[in-house]
Amino acid sequence: MELMPYIVKERPDTGLFNAKLGIWLFLSSEVMLFGALFSAYVLLRTGAPHWPHGSSILNVPIGAFNTVVLIASSVTMVFSWAALKENKFGKFKLNLGLTILLAFVFLIVKAIEYGAKFEHHLYPKTSTFLAIYFTLTALHALHVIGGIVVNGYFWGPGARMWQAEPERFVNRIEIAGIYWHFVDLVWIFLFPTLYLL
Amino acid sequence: MSQAHDIKQEVRKYWKVFVALLILTIVTVAISYLQFGLAVAVMVALSIAMVKGSLVACFFMHLISEKKAIFVLLGFVVFFFLSLMLLIYASYFNLPQGTTYVS
Repeated sequence: MELMPYIVKERPDTGLFNAKLGIWLFLSSEVMLFGALFSAYVLLRTGAPHWPHGSSILNVPIGAFNTVVLIASSVTMVFSWAALKENKFGKFKLNLGLTILLAFVFLIVKAIEYGAKFEHHLYPKTSTFLAIYFTLTALHALHVIGGIVVNGYFWGPGARMWQAEPERFVNRIEIAGIYWHFVDLVWIFLFPTLYLL
Repeated sequence: MSQAHDIKQEVRKYWKVFVALLILTIVTVAISYLQFGLAVAVMVALSIAMVKGSLVACFFMHLISEKKAIFVLLGFVVFFFLSLMLLIYASYFNLPQGTTYVS
């Protein structure tokens, strides 16, 4: 017997299980959070007498590399879900492990980028551009860390659920994936906005 | 057997989306080196980002086969997000007297 209704099977009226509705509600609030900061960026930029081109301050090849890393991690994430659907637990572990690894690569590259800025005495207080750059990218990095924690749990102790309740575990990985793809999606907009314009 | 076949098809689709995203990333960077004006550069960069974002949302986040309730929810998100952006635009028409923009 299920402890709560609709944690595995879909509700007949909405066609969704609880966590699916929950993650989309959460992501809706996330859209408004990042949307508020994007609108702040637009307002600051249009109101500034001078605004530097992103590529004159930021390293475009490094930003592009991190974009590819995050896209690759999204692919391995969706592969891990597909592996569970195929009943291949080993393949799931490999792909989710790769997702976590790529997330760490993203953070390390970001830390190197931040370090290079600090070495040149470029801080959030230095200019409006750097203030919004650090705010947006740091908030995004916090979301990457959040994803690592969640995916790390499902790769480690949380994976025990696969033995007892496989369907529920597949749902959990799908939900974790939807969150992770959102983190990727935000970066897809952040990269051109900050680095290329 | 049929489900396994479906998943294999899905995986092939994910590979195609991955390649498309990589190509679009290269295109975004390459186009940024062309000397467009700011307005054109913003439109081009954000259009490509929209296509990439749609690919991620539709295929990786499975929106393409999602239930109506999700789209109702996303309808509210689009409304409030656009409202937020339009408020900035509206601010141009509500400046204190004597304010000038310097460009």
